[in-house]
Order: sequence, then structure tokens, then C-alpha cells
Amino acid sequence: MRETRRGLAFWALASFFGLFVLFLYGPTITIMILSFQGEDGGLTFPMNGFSLHWFGRLFQQQAVGDFGGSLSRSLLLGLIVTILTVTISLSAGLAFRRRFFGSTPLFYLAIASLIVPSILVSLGIGLMFNVLGIEPAWNTSALGAHLTWTLPFGLLIMFAVFNRFNKAFEEAARDQGASPWQTLRHVTVPILLPSLIGVGLFGFTLSYDEFARSLMTTGSYNTLPLEIYGMTTSVTTPVLYALGTVTTLLSIVVITAALYGVVYVQRRRAGKGSDAGRGV
Amino acid sequence: MSTAVIAVPKRRRFRLGAIAPYLQAMPLGLVLAVFLVIPILTIVIVSFWDYDSVQIYPDFLFTNYIDLLTSQVTWKTYLNTIKYAVLVWLFTLVIGFTVAYFVAFHVKSATAQMALFLICTIPFLTSNIIRMISWIPFLGRNGILNQALQGIGVTDQPLEFLLFSDFSVILTFVYLYAQFMVVPIFNSMMRIDRNLIEAARDGGASGFQTLVNVIIPLTKSGILIGTIFVVTLVMGDFITVRLMSGGQSASVGLMIANEISLLQYPAAAANAVVLLIIVLLMVAAMLRVVDIRKEL
Repeated sequence: MRETRRGLAFWALASFFGLFVLFLYGPTITIMILSFQGEDGGLTFPMNGFSLHWFGRLFQQQAVGDFGGSLSRSLLLGLIVTILTVTISLSAGLAFRRRFFGSTPLFYLAIASLIVPSILVSLGIGLMFNVLGIEPAWNTSALGAHLTWTLPFGLLIMFAVFNRFNKAFEEAARDQGASPWQTLRHVTVPILLPSLIGVGLFGFTLSYDEFARSLMTTGSYNTLPLEIYGMTTSVTTPVLYALGTVTTLLSIVVITAALYGVVYVQRRRAGKGSDAGRGV
Repeated sequence: MSTAVIAVPKRRRFRLGAIAPYLQAMPLGLVLAVFLVIPILTIVIVSFWDYDSVQIYPDFLFTNYIDLLTSQVTWKTYLNTIKYAVLVWLFTLVIGFTVAYFVAFHVKSATAQMALFLICTIPFLTSNIIRMISWIPFLGRNGILNQALQGIGVTDQPLEFLLFSDFSVILTFVYLYAQFMVVPIFNSMMRIDRNLIEAARDGGASGFQTLVNVIIPLTKSGILIGTIFVVTLVMGDFITVRLMSGGQSASVGLMIANEISLLQYPAAAANAVVLLIIVLLMVAAMLRVVDIRKEL
């Protein structure tokens, strides 16, 4: 491509981008700073000293509700959603590589699942359980509600992934006498692994943060977003900000671990990969 | 012809290959049937039921719809929600397009593009609700913005409209959903054949002409996908409106959430059906412009 001079347009757009980043980070950084507010400090600036007081308060059960319980439920639910999203999306992605009867309606159903307002899904599942006389719970109704949100995303990612996927690898495996299952297990899945980790990550973050779809489906034991929401209406101390800081750090840890997983897979693949065509 | 069929009956060998796509698609189909289709049917059915302050009763009444559609409050709330959707769409579109355009066309190295993209995505790891309330110390009466404005002498009074107003609601929406516009637009821009832009330039088109006649038409699908996301998210939202308007404004989602909390499920269901119809009509209108299935 021709080298373009960095003219006025470039700098104008670059400053716009800079402002956008500032817009995205400004508030989050603000609350991270405010979470170190001193013991007498309030929800806003100025900082009244500097302390870890509010982080300590966070872990005292009686002070802010069931933070530990809701966190562990959210993490566990996120994990289950991740596993199911990866498996079901991969399986559906494989199906959609061929035209099958009902593929178009199923595709539109998945899209519908994305555009139906979350509160409707929540209300619908809550009512369905109510009518059937079943208690909603985080690991049944809420799990289903979260999947209606994560699966369409997973499916769309799988479409994008299979568009770029070279079928020659699978054909080669088949020519070598591999069964469909062997082909899937030893060829398709390993090649797709980084994308599958991506799908899982997506599923986890969507579930971990889902509020509206959890509202009527979680039952008596809260997940974390519901707990946080409860706190925004009842807690008026910087302990909220401490909670924000801690949960952000937690999700950063999870994401980093997953990204590290991708890098590890790729490195291992590079190390153990075939030397075909390298002329060794 | 018919004798041939009788004479040589085709041996129907059972082949797993033929039913494999059905088995593979079944889990997705089942989840969507149980947790999307049946619940929505439940909402439709319950919207005709009767209720009192204690319980809901199976029935077939139009009262819930009549009450809903004859109330002034409903119409005002729907209009207000649509106002939010249109304004947020406008702002996220301008921001999303500009940001995506910068990263796609002005940043040359793929690594730098990736890095800038990650930078925009990281804030999304924080809980939405926490990100919402983090605007409060910024916009509040003694917030950073007010103090800064007074500090540099723009105003001598704190500006009250900054927080708990339509302003703060729309600002928060834009903040939460801008990325839903950036990602699909960026995606379509990256798929534009760079030779087309080169050709436009060689043909004597100015930068602006290239933008209007080449880039925008080719980015249409991304804009559409982003639009669908932003519009449907805003139409159904209740928590942003509740937290950021401080109870000053209403939205359809909030109305439904309030009915739910008062256990007026049939009323909430009727409201939900109306909301669903409106959202589906909006999306259907948008899909007439671009066929997304072709673009995937």
C-alpha cells in the first residue's frame, strides 16, 4: 500500500481515539482510586486519606451481604456456561457447515435470542417455572437464561471460524482412514482450539456479568451482579468501589489465564509441529 | 417407471452422515426451545391472565392490554424509550464509525491495530453495574467534572443536570454500548479490499468522496449489526435508566421491571409482548436494508 503522509486527518482521528479511550477508562480508574479512600472518606472526591479499609469491609460477611457466596456461585455458573457454550456452539457450528432441514429457522431463532430484550427472557423463564411450579435456581433457570445469551454469540463466532477453516486437513485425515470422531478429536478440535478458548472466554464474561437475565431466574441465592445491584441501592460507602476493583481484577486474572492458555497452545503447536515442507 | 421402482427397491442403508447435522444442531435447538421459545409463549399466554395482589389466575382477558394501551403513561414511556434508543444510536454510530475508521485505515501495522483494539476492550471486563455507578463520582454535584468546570471558571455553580437526568442516562448508554458499534463496523472495514480505495484515489476521488461512495456503502452490514445491538439493548434496558436517572425518567424495561417487583406478572407480560413486537418490527425494518446472513 502506498505510504500516506500523516496529515491533519490522522491526528484529528488519533485525538478522537484518545478521547474515546479516556472516556472508556476515566470512570473505572476513578472508582479504583476511590476504593482506597480513607476510613472517613465518602463516595466522592476529595480523598480523605488512603487505606485498605474498604477492601477489608468487603470480606466481612455481615457488612455487605453475601459477597463470598454470590461470587462463588457466579464463578461456578460462569464455568458451567463456558463449558456448555463451547460444546454446544462447536457442535452447532459443525452442523451449520451443511445445509440441513430447518437450518434457516434455527439460525433465525439464535439471532432472535440475541435481540429479544433480556428482561423478557428473564420474565419468560421466571413465569414458566412459576407456572410449572418449579423453584427457579441459579443452576437451572439462570443457567438456561445465560445460555440464551452466550450461545448465539458462540454460534456467530463459530460461523466466522469455519469460514476460514481449511477443510483439506479433515479430508487428509479421512483419506488416512480416520473415523469422523477421530477426525474431530485429533484434527478439527486441535486446529480450532484458540477460537474455542475465545468462545469460552466470551461465554464466561457474558455470564459473569449478566444481570437482567438473572433477575427472575436466580431464585433465592444471588449471583454476583444481583448482589452488586442490591448494594447500589442500599450501600452508600466506598465498599462498593472496593467491590468494583476486586471483581475487575478477578476478571482480568481469568482473561489473562485464558489468553495465556491460547499462547501456550500455539507455542506447543509450534514446538511439536510437523516439519513437512521445511526441507529439514 | 413405476415398475422400475418395484423391481429395484433401493436398499436404504442407515447412514450416520445424513442425520449427523441434526444430532449436532440438537443441543442448540433444545436450549433455545426450552429457554427461549417456551418462555416467550408463556409470556404471551400469561398476558391474558387475571391477577390480584396475591396471585395470578389462568383466564382469557384483554384487560391487561386495554389497561396498558389506554394509559397515557405507557405512550409517554414508549416515546421516551425510543428517544433514548435514537439518541444513543446516533452517538454510538458517530463514535463507533470514527474509532473503527481510525484503527482500520490509519493504523497500518496489524499488531498496533490489535493493541488498540485490546485497549478498547479491557474496560468491558468490569461489571456493567460497577461501570455505571462509576459515573456518579464523576458527574455528581461535587464530582470531578463540576469541580473542574468551576476550577477553570466556566461556571460558578455546580451543574445539576449532569447527574440523574436524561443527560447522564444517555451518556452511560453510549459509554456501555459504543463498543457494540465499534466491533462490527471495524470488522466490515477490515474486509474491504484495499485495492478499491486505491482505485478510488487513482480515479481522482477526494478522501471525502472515497469515504461516502466506497467505505460507507461497504461498511453497511457492520453498521446494521451494531445498530441492531445498540437499539435492542437500549429498548430493553431498565437498570441503566433506574440507576442513572435517579428515578427521574422511565423506560419500557423499567416499567416491566417495576410490574415484576409488584408481582403484577400478567401486566408485565402484556407490556413485554408489546415491547417484543416493537423491537421485532424495528429489527425487521433494519433487515430489509441488509441481509446479514449473506455477510457472515
